[in-house]
Amino acid sequence: MPQNAFTSLSGRSSMSRRLFLTTTGALSLGAALTACGGGSGGSPASAEPVSRADTDKAMKTPTELTFWTWVPNIDKEVALFEKRYPAIKVKVVNAGQGTPQYTKLRTALKAGSGAPDMVQIEYQAIPTFTITDSLLDLRPYGASALKPAFVDWTWAQVSGGDGEVWAIPQDTGPMGMLYRRDIFDAHGIDVPTTWDEFAAAARKLHQADPDVYLTNLAANQVAAWHGLLWQAGAKPYATSGRGDIAISVDDAVSKKLGAYWGGLAKEGVIGVEPDFTDSWYAALNRGKYATWITAAWGPVFLSGSAKATAGKWRAAPLPQWDAARPSSGNWGGSTTAVVRGTKNPVAAALFAQFLNSDPAGAKMFATEQFFFPATKALLTDASFVSDAPAFYGGQKVNQVFADVSSTVNSSFQWPPFLDQAATDWTETVGKSLADKGDTVGALGDWQSRLTTYAKGQGFTVKGS
Amino acid sequence: MAATHRRRAAGPLFVAPFMVLFLLLFLAPLGYAAYLSLFQERLIGGTAFVGLDNYVQALSDPQFLHGIGRVALFFVIQVPVMLLLALAFALALDSGLLRLARVIRLGIFVPYAVPSVVATLMWGYLYGPDFGPFAQLSRHLSVPVPDFLGDGWMLGSLANIVTWEFVGYNMIILYAALRTVPGELYEAAAVDGAGAWRTAWSVKLPALRPALMLTLLFSVIGSFQLFNEPKLLMAIAPDVISSSYTANLYAYTLAFTGQQVNYAATVSFLLGLVIVIASYAVLLTANRRRTP
Repeated sequence: MPQNAFTSLSGRSSMSRRLFLTTTGALSLGAALTACGGGSGGSPASAEPVSRADTDKAMKTPTELTFWTWVPNIDKEVALFEKRYPAIKVKVVNAGQGTPQYTKLRTALKAGSGAPDMVQIEYQAIPTFTITDSLLDLRPYGASALKPAFVDWTWAQVSGGDGEVWAIPQDTGPMGMLYRRDIFDAHGIDVPTTWDEFAAAARKLHQADPDVYLTNLAANQVAAWHGLLWQAGAKPYATSGRGDIAISVDDAVSKKLGAYWGGLAKEGVIGVEPDFTDSWYAALNRGKYATWITAAWGPVFLSGSAKATAGKWRAAPLPQWDAARPSSGNWGGSTTAVVRGTKNPVAAALFAQFLNSDPAGAKMFATEQFFFPATKALLTDASFVSDAPAFYGGQKVNQVFADVSSTVNSSFQWPPFLDQAATDWTETVGKSLADKGDTVGALGDWQSRLTTYAKGQGFTVKGS
Repeated sequence: MAATHRRRAAGPLFVAPFMVLFLLLFLAPLGYAAYLSLFQERLIGGTAFVGLDNYVQALSDPQFLHGIGRVALFFVIQVPVMLLLALAFALALDSGLLRLARVIRLGIFVPYAVPSVVATLMWGYLYGPDFGPFAQLSRHLSVPVPDFLGDGWMLGSLANIVTWEFVGYNMIILYAALRTVPGELYEAAAVDGAGAWRTAWSVKLPALRPALMLTLLFSVIGSFQLFNEPKLLMAIAPDVISSSYTANLYAYTLAFTGQQVNYAATVSFLLGLVIVIASYAVLLTANRRRTP
């Protein structure tokens, strides 16, 4: 039972650590574990595994790897890898966060030089880079063996249509709701558990105090919209084969979401200002918004950004469309991928795996960088889930989000042209929210813009 | 014989370093962009030669045309205001009647030394509808909060930022030109009985013409290439500033968001053409007026 084997690896004892390291090294064993686990994500036959001898040789050859990442102080985790494989040196480069880094990466790939060996990539950006054949399938390097260690939906996010493993999950952002308990109490509002209750609360709160809104749905934040689509069970993008894509960003589920949020925005009972701006930070500090619909990285972020409100916040799962079947989406988090053009695929692939699955390193991400983990072991780790920060009045916030993580749907897919989808959303749906216009109609504009773009790029487009 | 030969070779040799750099750094990229604009690369299916298709598409692309129209409007309104202000400051400083002239000169010039990114972020905060000082003041006085970042005001708000940044720069050019006016001219004017206003109108302004032309040309180019300010304000007003708000921004979006490098090259090329035409038109009109 590979599941149990990996769960035991999560312990912090040096024994299991050593066992883990052997496992990472022993690729044949890894393959065996996958076969035994019957993992749907891997069909090892199609990818020729790299032999143990070749791996050992590569890991003993002095090599310098370059790693692009924007994670602060990641040197600590990288040092663990260098200690385990002293021949390999890893040069960490911060090439910008998110889009700026992707732009640089794309430019380097196009130029044919200057690309790193390993790169940090957010889940949603993976298909954008696999469509251009820029990432290395990690299966031949034993990545399939790690599948049982990671939360199912995170593994689904890094898996390709043919079972490829394009990256190793690093951190995640299952979505939940942070709310101001003091404001709720003052106005006699119960924590909404359904979106209907949420809408009623929004009206009640704004009527009681016109300076306060129940929440802010940022008109520039396509990631939150995607996360909410994800929660609602939408399948906006479905790729099958290389050049086929079904786009349905204005199907029934999307329209339900559009009518709901567009309606609240039009009524003026929620805010729609752009997030992560000075004005938005000020608004959170001054109690203009009583909730923040965010992700698992939100609690730590908020405690640093809204210091004036310490002790007043609490965490809860997202309100639900169907209270009987709780679900959530993901917003944020990222992975480590290997660039296909690397000259040291073995060392790079082992780095990506070690960095995110070595129990000591993974734990360090949770305690040093305050990442919300992607491994099953950490989500059940007593010391992680029992953390009770004073900012949230001693609530076990990690436990709330760990529970949410298990309700995230595994089948959500991203388009192979995420940047375009994001820009088009902001200019159609986002704009309709900001202008208090016709959000359902804007969904149609989004759909047609994306369809035109995809066709122009040579895709065969199915769907409305 | 040999001496003539050497002398003949001297000219091209002196020009050679410039020509090499001109070819490598200016003409070669331009040629490459032109070459790129004739192709189309798709995510699925690779690259194909499409001739002038990209140009045909761009000329009927509303996003591109609106972007051009918007910067043209910006040019027509912002540049006169900025140059008049710069001229007024330059004349005032040159009149020698101001107290603390050095401090004032520096004060007007300092915004130019502020990177445009910093300037835009700063103004973005000042414009803020919630916690910006203007908004707070309006609320304090119970007057409607001006929506600087709204649809109607945005172009004006951008013009204000650009004016703030570049008045000092243009003022320095004009002021420097004024300092080169020979003193005899002023003496002659004084002998003829001209006062300060008359001197400014009949002596200083004609002397400033070449410098004014220069600042005007720079402003044409600057306006049509408007990029930094809208790109940065996009973060705080994403619903107002679209990815094709200015033509330059549109080219950037095409290349880096849509990965349509070829179409981006086409748009850049057409934008360059528009700038050449606009600059030439400005030069022609100005010169016609100059020779009666």
